Amino acid sequence: MNSNRREFLGTALAGATFLGASRLPAAAQQETIKVGILHSLSGTMAISETTLKDVMLMLIEEQNKKGGLLGKKLEAVVVDPASNWPLFAEKARELITKDKVAATFGCWTSVSRKSVLPVFKELNNILFYPVQYEGEESERNVFYTGAAPNQQAIPAVDYLAKEEKVERWVLAGTDYVYPRTTNKILEAYLKSKGVKPEDILINYTPFGHSDWQTIVSDIKKFGSAGKKTAVVSTINGDANVPFYKELGNQGIKATDIPVVAFSVGEEELAGIDTKPLVGHLAAWNYFQSIKTPENEAFIKQWQAFTKNPKRVTNDPMEAHVVGFNMWVKAVEKVKSTDPDKVIDALPGIEAPNLTGGISKMLPNHHITKPVFIGEIKDDGQFDVVWKTDGLVPGDAWSKELDGSKDLVGDWVEKKCGNFNVKTGKCGAA
Amino acid sequence: MSFLHRLKHALVILVALVAASVASIAQTTDEAFKRLAADSYSDTSRAIEMLVASAHPNAAQIVEALGDGRLLAGPSDVVVKTTAGGFVDARTGQALGAAPDGLKPVRLNNAVRRAVQAALGGLGLLNPDPAKRIAAAEAVFKSRDAGLLPVVEAAIGRETDPPALKALRQAQAAILIARPDAQPLDRLAAVEVLYERGDQDALATLRALPGDATPALREAQAKAIAAIEGRLRLWAIVQNLWYGLSLGSVLLLAAIGLAITFGVMGVINMAHGEMVMLGAYTTFVVQELIRANAPGLFDWSLAIALPAAFIVAGAVGIAIERGVIRFLYGRPLETLLATWGISLILQQAVRTAFGPTNREVGAPAFMSGAFELGGLAITYNRLWIIVFAALVFAALLAILKLTPMGLQMRAVTQNRRMASAMGIRTGRIDALTFGLGSGVAGLAGVALSQIDNVSPNLGQSYIIDSFMVVVFGGVGNLWGTLVGAMTLGVANKLLEPYAGAVLGKIALLVCIILFIQKRPRGLFALKGRAVEA
Repeated sequence: MNSNRREFLGTALAGATFLGASRLPAAAQQETIKVGILHSLSGTMAISETTLKDVMLMLIEEQNKKGGLLGKKLEAVVVDPASNWPLFAEKARELITKDKVAATFGCWTSVSRKSVLPVFKELNNILFYPVQYEGEESERNVFYTGAAPNQQAIPAVDYLAKEEKVERWVLAGTDYVYPRTTNKILEAYLKSKGVKPEDILINYTPFGHSDWQTIVSDIKKFGSAGKKTAVVSTINGDANVPFYKELGNQGIKATDIPVVAFSVGEEELAGIDTKPLVGHLAAWNYFQSIKTPENEAFIKQWQAFTKNPKRVTNDPMEAHVVGFNMWVKAVEKVKSTDPDKVIDALPGIEAPNLTGGISKMLPNHHITKPVFIGEIKDDGQFDVVWKTDGLVPGDAWSKELDGSKDLVGDWVEKKCGNFNVKTGKCGAA
Repeated sequence: MSFLHRLKHALVILVALVAASVASIAQTTDEAFKRLAADSYSDTSRAIEMLVASAHPNAAQIVEALGDGRLLAGPSDVVVKTTAGGFVDARTGQALGAAPDGLKPVRLNNAVRRAVQAALGGLGLLNPDPAKRIAAAEAVFKSRDAGLLPVVEAAIGRETDPPALKALRQAQAAILIARPDAQPLDRLAAVEVLYERGDQDALATLRALPGDATPALREAQAKAIAAIEGRLRLWAIVQNLWYGLSLGSVLLLAAIGLAITFGVMGVINMAHGEMVMLGAYTTFVVQELIRANAPGLFDWSLAIALPAAFIVAGAVGIAIERGVIRFLYGRPLETLLATWGISLILQQAVRTAFGPTNREVGAPAFMSGAFELGGLAITYNRLWIIVFAALVFAALLAILKLTPMGLQMRAVTQNRRMASAMGIRTGRIDALTFGLGSGVAGLAGVALSQIDNVSPNLGQSYIIDSFMVVVFGGVGNLWGTLVGAMTLGVANKLLEPYAGAVLGKIALLVCIILFIQKRPRGLFALKGRAVEA
C-alpha cells in the first residue's frame, strides 16, 4: 500500500516535472508583450467597465490564437481601480513602471481619464479611451476611439429637428463634466440654428438620482406649449432606468415626447422592462442589432467567450475592438512596441469597424465613425431608424464653442493638440 | 344595329365600369401592400393612409397589427400575426397554417406610430365598446387630423354614452380650433370646450392656435390659457406636496430599519444599505423562480418576496450581530469601520454572485401606470409604496409597544444591567433587535426594487439619507423618524422646482447642519436617564 502510494507519487512528480520542463524553457524564451487593462471591476462603475475588461481579454486571446504579435504572445495585465479616480492614476503608474505594458486600454468616466493623463504624459505611454466623451481635448499619449460630440450629439439633434420636427428642447443631464460640456455645445448649436432661448430647458441631477417625479412632470409641462418637444438626455448610466420608469408611469410616450439618450445602450436596457420605452431613441456609433457579417461573428464570439447566449454587446466594446486592431496594425507596421514609434504610426491606420465601414485614426487622435440613431424595441435591442451617409471624422475641438472653434489637434504635421489656426500658434490662448 | 347587340354593348360598358371601381379599391390596397413591403417609413405611413381611405374590410385589423409589430410583409404577401399566435392573410382575411417564407415584420418609427394612432383613432370611433371609442377620440384629439372631422362629427351624432360624447366633442374642438376655414363661432365654442377640459394637453392645443385667428378668438384663447394656467399652478403645489410625501415614504422605508439598529441599539451600522440591497436581490430571485415555475403567480411575486426578504436580510443581520458587532458594543469607531467593511464585502459578494449589471425586477400589473385625480397624475407604484411604508411603520410601532419582545428590547436599551438582573437574556435580545432592524431594511428593499435599480450599489445611495433622517428626527424615536422623513421629503420636493435637484439637495443639507447645531439631539429628543446612559 505504502509503496504503491509512493510509486504513484513518484510517477505524478515525474509527470509534473516533465510537463514543467517542457513548458519552462519556452516561457523563458518567449518574452510576452504586455497590454494593460485599466477598468473598474468594483464600485459604481463596475456595472459598465467590467464588460470592457472582458472584451479586452477576449481580443487578446483571439490575437494569441492568430500567433500573437511580432512573434510574441500578448499578455493581459488586469488591474482594478475600483471606481476611485485617484486610484486610476496610481494603477496606471503601476502598469507602466512595474508591469512595463506596451499600451493600456481603459477608463470610462472623463474624470478618470483626466486623472491618468499626467501619468501617461510623464511616463510616455499609450492610452486607448473607448467611451463617448465631451471632446475639447487632444493629447499625444491618448487615442480616443469613442465618439466626440460631433459624432453623436449633433447628428442626434439634427435627426430630431429634421425627422421628428422638434422645436422645443429639454437638455437633461447628470451634473458632471460630460453632460455640462455636451449641453453647452448643443445649446450653442441649437441657438445657431435659430432656436429661441425660451425653447430650451436645461436640467441637471445628481449622480444616481432616483426620484424623477418632479423632473418628469416639469418635462410634461414644458412639452405642453404647443410645439413638438424632445428630451436630449446625457443622464449617466443606470440613473436612466428610474427616469424611463417614471416616464412610462406618467404616460409620456415616445410619440408625444421622444427622449434621445447618449449613455443608454444595450447593457443599460438589460436591467429594465423596455415595453413602455418602445420608440425612445439612442444615438451611438454601433448597435448590436446591425446586421453585418463582422458584427454577427463578433456577437457569436462574445457570447461564446462569456458562455452566456444572452449577453449583449454595446458601443464602447466596439470602440475597444477598433482601437485594439489599430494598435496591432501600428505595432506590426513599425515592428516595435516602442510608444514613440507607435504613436507616430497610428494616425492614418485603418481598421474595419463592426458596422461595415473602415474607421481611420486621424491626426487629432480621434477616429472616423458612422452615426446611427436607434429606437428602443421591446426586446431591449435597438432598431436603426437613421444613419449618416458615410463616416464622420471626430472633432477634438467643438466648432460650436467660442473658445475652441479655431483650435485643431494635429499630431502629425503641427505636433500640437490645440493648434490655433487663427494665430498660427500652438496653444489655446 | 340590333337591339340585342345594343344591349350587349351596354352590358359590356356596365361590367367594365363596375370592374373598374372594384379594381380601383383593389389597386389602392395593392399599392398599399406594396408600400408596406418597401421597408421605408414614409411608404409605410402612406400605406396606412391608403388603407384607411380604401375602406378595406380588414383595414382596422391590419393597422392595429402594424402598430403592435405583428404585421409581416413580403413582395407578394402581407400577413397579420394574430395575438393568439396564428396567421391571417391581410388581403382576404383567411387564416393561414403558417406564415409564408421571406416575410419580414414591418418596422415602425415614431412617425409611423403616430400615423397608426391617428388611423386607429379614425377607425375606432365606430367601435361598439365606449371605452375604445373614448381612447379613439383621445387619439384624434392628439393627432388633430383635420381629415377626420367628418368622421368625428358623424360619431357625435350617433353617440349616446356621455363620457364618450365629451371626449368626441373635445376631439372635434381640437380639430376645429386649428382650422382656418371653420366657422368663427365654432372655433370660439371650441376654445370653451378646451377650457373646460383644462389640462396640459388642452393647453398645448390652445397654444397651437394658428396665426390667422381673429382678435375675438385670440382674446378668448388668451383668457382660457390664463385660466387653465392658474388652475394648473394650484395643482402644481398639490402635486409637489404629493411628490414630497412619496419621497418621504421612500426615505422612511430606508431609514426605519436604521431607526432600530442605530436609534434604539446605538450601533452605527454602515451595512444597513446592503440589507436593503439584499432585500431587493431576494425580490429578484423570487421573481425569477416564479417566472420559471409558476408564471401565473407573477402578480403575487412582491407579496411572496416580502417574507423571504425579511428572513434573508434578518438572518444576515443576526449573523453580523453575533459574528462581529457584539464584540464591539461601546466602541462606536470600531463598529463603524467594521460594518463599513462588511458593507463592502456584501457588495462584492453580490457582484460576484449576480454579476455587476443591473437585474430586472418586473412590476406587477397593479403597480404600473397612473391615474388622474383632478390635475394630479398619481402613479400606482408611488401610491403603493406610501401605503406600504405606513403599514411597516405601524407594524413596527406595534411590535415595540405591544409585544413582550418589544418590551424587552426597550428594557435592554434603557438599562442593560437592570434588564439582565430581571432575567432577560440581553445577548439574545440584542441579536433579535438587530435582526428585526435588518429584516425591515430587507422589506424596504422589496419596495425600492420597484423604483430604483437593483444593482450591488443600491444600498450606498440610501445610507447617507437614512442616517440623515434618523439623526434629524431624533435618535431612538420612531415617531421622530416618521416626521423627519416626511419633513425632508416634502422640503426637498418643494425646493426642487426652484433650485433644481442638485442645489435643492445642497440647500437641504445646509438647513440640516444648521438645525443640528441648534438642536443636537434632533426633532424629538429622548429625555431622561436613557440619554445619559
